[in-house]
Amino acid sequence: MTRYFFTRLAGAIPTLLIIVTLSFFLMRAAPGGPFDQEQTLPPEIVANLESAYGLDQPVWVQYGRYLKALLHGDFGPSFKYKDFTVTELIGQGFPITLQLGLMAMALALLAGVPLGTFAALHHNSAADYATMSLAVVGIAIPAFVVLPFLGLLFGVYLHWLPVAGWEPGSLRQLALPVLALALPPLAYIARLTRGSMLEVLRSHYIRTAFAKGLPLRTVIVRHALRPALTPVASYLVPAVAAILTGSLVVESIAGLPGIGRYLVQGAVNRDYTLVLGMVIIYSTLLIGMGLIVDLLYAWLDPRVRLAE
Amino acid sequence: MPATLCIDELSVSFAHRTGTVEAVDGVSLRIGRAECVGVVGESGSGKTQLFLAVMGLAGNARVRGSVRFEGKELLGATAPAINRVRGSKLTMIFQDPMTSLTPHLRIGTQLAEVLVCHSGLSWAEARDVAGRMLERVRIPEPQRRLGQYPHELSGGMRQRVMLAMSLLCGPALVIADEPTTALDVTIQAQIIELLRAMRGEAGTALALISHDLAVVAGLADRILVMYAGRIVENAVAAELFRQPRHPYTAELLKCVPSLSGPRLARLPTLAGQPPQPGDALQACPFAPRCPRAADRCRTERPLLTGASTSQVACHFPLS
Amino acid sequence: MRGFAGDAIRRLRANPAAVLALGVICTVVVATLLGPWLNPNNTETLDWLHVAARPGLQNAHWFGTDRLGRDLYARTLAGTRVSIAIGLVASILSILVGVSYGAISGYLGGRTDQAMMRIIEILSGLPLIFFVIFLTVIFGRSESLLFISIGAVGWLTMARIVRGQTLSIRQQDYIAAAVASGASSSRIIARHVVPNVIGPVIVYATLTVPQIILFESFLSFLGLGIQEPGASLGTLIAEGVGEMEAAPWMLLVPGSFLAVLLLCLNIFGDGLRDALDVREG
Repeated sequence: MTRYFFTRLAGAIPTLLIIVTLSFFLMRAAPGGPFDQEQTLPPEIVANLESAYGLDQPVWVQYGRYLKALLHGDFGPSFKYKDFTVTELIGQGFPITLQLGLMAMALALLAGVPLGTFAALHHNSAADYATMSLAVVGIAIPAFVVLPFLGLLFGVYLHWLPVAGWEPGSLRQLALPVLALALPPLAYIARLTRGSMLEVLRSHYIRTAFAKGLPLRTVIVRHALRPALTPVASYLVPAVAAILTGSLVVESIAGLPGIGRYLVQGAVNRDYTLVLGMVIIYSTLLIGMGLIVDLLYAWLDPRVRLAE
Repeated sequence: MPATLCIDELSVSFAHRTGTVEAVDGVSLRIGRAECVGVVGESGSGKTQLFLAVMGLAGNARVRGSVRFEGKELLGATAPAINRVRGSKLTMIFQDPMTSLTPHLRIGTQLAEVLVCHSGLSWAEARDVAGRMLERVRIPEPQRRLGQYPHELSGGMRQRVMLAMSLLCGPALVIADEPTTALDVTIQAQIIELLRAMRGEAGTALALISHDLAVVAGLADRILVMYAGRIVENAVAAELFRQPRHPYTAELLKCVPSLSGPRLARLPTLAGQPPQPGDALQACPFAPRCPRAADRCRTERPLLTGASTSQVACHFPLS
Repeated sequence: MRGFAGDAIRRLRANPAAVLALGVICTVVVATLLGPWLNPNNTETLDWLHVAARPGLQNAHWFGTDRLGRDLYARTLAGTRVSIAIGLVASILSILVGVSYGAISGYLGGRTDQAMMRIIEILSGLPLIFFVIFLTVIFGRSESLLFISIGAVGWLTMARIVRGQTLSIRQQDYIAAAVASGASSSRIIARHVVPNVIGPVIVYATLTVPQIILFESFLSFLGLGIQEPGASLGTLIAEGVGEMEAAPWMLLVPGSFLAVLLLCLNIFGDGLRDALDVREG
C-alpha cells in the first residue's frame, strides 16, 4: 500500500512542475505588463519599477529565481497590493477558503450518500421521485443564484441567519455559504449513489448477505456501501474543482475574506505573481485530492491493492 | 414427526410488460427431517424461484400460499422473524461461487458475521468456529484463508466457503441451488462428496436443486421433477430411475448418456421448447412436447395425485 | 432509424416533466423574441422619475427598474436573449470541435488515439475558470475571449462520447467493406461514423447548452464576461445582489429567469437521454 502511494506521489510532482512552468512562461509571454493599467507613467519610472521587481532580467533568470523562491514558500510580491507579498495574502485568506471548502465537501458527502441510498432503497416510490427531483434542482441551479436567494429568504425576510460579513470563528456566518456551495455536489453525489447502489443491490453477493439473515442496516453498511461508493470516489476531484470554482462567487457574495477574490482581482489587474500563486495553490489542491482518491480506490476495492 | 419444510400451494408471479408470469404455479411439497430431496428441471422450470421465495428473496414478485418451516409460517412474517431463521436454521447455497461472496470483505469476516449475528458470539470466538468449519469442509490452511479475500480463492474453494457459511449454525435445512454447475467436473465430485459427508452428521435436511440428474442421483432420497413452474413427479430416487411415471421424466432419463448402455449414434434430446414466460397454461404444460399427448391433455390441467412418496401429475402416466 | 426516432419520441412524451420543461423553454424563447413588442421600454433609457421602482403590472415598468432607472423587464429579456444566443452558438461550436476531435481520434486509433485522449484527460482535470483567468491576465478582458472560452465548455465530453462510439463502429463489418473498396478515411468518417453518433451527440448537446449558459452567467457575474452596459443574466444578478435588501426584485427577476431556464434545460436533457437510452461510452 505504501509503495502504491509513493508511486502516485512521485507521478504528481512532475505534473505540478509542468503546471508551474507552463503558467509562468505563458504569463510572461503575454503582451503588456503589470503596470500598464495604472495612469500613464513616465518611462523612466516604469523602468525603475520593472527593475525593482526583477522584470528586466531575461526570462530564464526570472524563472529560476521564481522556482528558488517557491521552494522557500515565497510567492513573490504582489504587483497590485504593493504592501503585501503574495505569501502573506494567501496566508490570510487560505484558511478561510479551506474551511469553507472542507465544510461544503463534508456536507455534500455526509448528506448526499445517505440521501442516494435512501432513494435506492425506496426505488420507484414517491420518496424516490421527490428526492431525485430535488437533486435535479440542486444540480441545475448554480451557487451564485442559490446563495442570494437563500440570503433573501433566511437573512432578509426571516432574519434567521446573517447574510454577509465575516467574524473569525463564527459558524452562523458560514451556514448559508456552505449550504449554497455544497448543494450542486450534494445533489450530484445523491444521484450517483442512488444509481450505483441500485446496481450493487442487484449483485449476487448482496443476495448472499440477505440469505445469511443479516439485518438490512448491516447489509447496506458492511456489504453494499463500499462498492457503491466507487463512482462517488471518481467524482471527488471534479467535486473539489466545482467547489473551488463556486467559492469564487460565494466568497464574493457573502463577503468572506478568502483567497477566491484574489484570483479574479489578480486577473483583472494583471497581477502576475498573485495569479501564479493562486494557480499553484489550486493545482496543488486538485492534485492532492487526486492522490487521496487513488488511496480511496485501493481501500474501496482490495483487488486494486493487490494488483500493484 | 413434523416436516422440516412444508410448502402449500405456493405461487410466485412477476408482473411483466405483456402480462403476469407465473414462475411457480401452485407447488406443494414436504421435506422431512434429515431428508435429501433432489429438485430437477430445465431452466425456467421455477425450481430456483421456488426456493428463493421460501428464503424470502423473491424480490418484486408476488408470492402467495404457505411456507411453514419447523412449524412456523414464513410468508408474511416480520423481517426480524425471518432473519432469525435465515442463515442459521434455514440456509442456502447459490449457483455461482465467483460472484456470491462480497469482494471487499475477508473470508473470515464473512463467515464470522453469521455467528456474531445469530449465535451472539464475539468476533474472536466466531473466527475460531469459522476456522474449524473451514477444516470440516476440507479447505487446507484454514487460518490463512480466513484472512484472505474472495478473489484469492479458486471457484471450488469459494463454494466450500459458501457451504461452510451455510453450516455454521447447525441448520435444519440447507438449500443447494446448482452448487456444482459452475465448477469443473473434478471439483464437482469433491463438492458432492462433501455434501454427502455433511448429510451424515447432525440430521441436516438437504434440498438439492439441479438440472443435472447425474448430480442428484448420487445424493437424493427422493426426487421432485418440475416443469413450467409445477411439480410433475415426486418419487423415491430408486423408483424414479427404475420406473418413471411422467413422460417428461422418461424423456429426461433418456437424455442422460450412460456408460453401460448401447452406443448411440446421437444423443437423444427433447423436441420443442419449454414454455415461455407468459404462455397461457390452462392445460398440461408438457402437452406440446409429449409423445403421448391426447385431447384431454390440451384442455384439462392434470393435478398431482398419488401417495406421499409416489406422485405424478399426468392424465396418462407411464406404468 | 425511423422506428428508433418514433420510439424515442413516444418515450419522451410519456415523461411529463420533460414535456413541461420543453414547454417552458419554448415559452421563454418566444417571450424573449416577442417581449419587446409587448412593452416598448428600452434597455438603455434611464428613467429618472422611476429609479428603483417596484414591479407592478399597472406601472410602465412591469418588472420594476434598477438603480439607474433602467427597465428591468426589457433588460431581463435582453439578458435572457443573450444567454440563449450564446448557449446555442457556443454549443454548436463545441459540437463541431468535439465531434471532429472524437471521430478522428476514435477512427485513427492506436498511438494517436491514446495521445489525443491523454490531452483530454489532462484538460478535464482543470477547471475551465482557470483557463479563463489565465487568458484574462494575458489578454485583458474582451468579449471574443469570452466566446472562445465558453465554446470550450462541453467539447471534452462530446469528444469522449464520439470517440467511444467511433471505436465500436470501427469494428463493424461495413467499415471494413468501405475500406476494402478504397474509400478514404475522411469519407468513411463523414459518411459512416458521423450519422451513427447523432443520437448521443444530440443528447449531450442538449445537456451542454445549460452548462454553457451557466458558465457565461458565471463569468459575467464575476465581471469577466459581458461588460457594462450590456445585459446578461449574470450581470443583472450581480447588480441584484448588491441591492438585495433594498430592491429585491432586481435579484429575483433575473435570478428566477436563469434558474428556471437552467432547470428546464436540464430536465429536458435528462428526459431526452432517457428516451434515447444513451449512456456515456
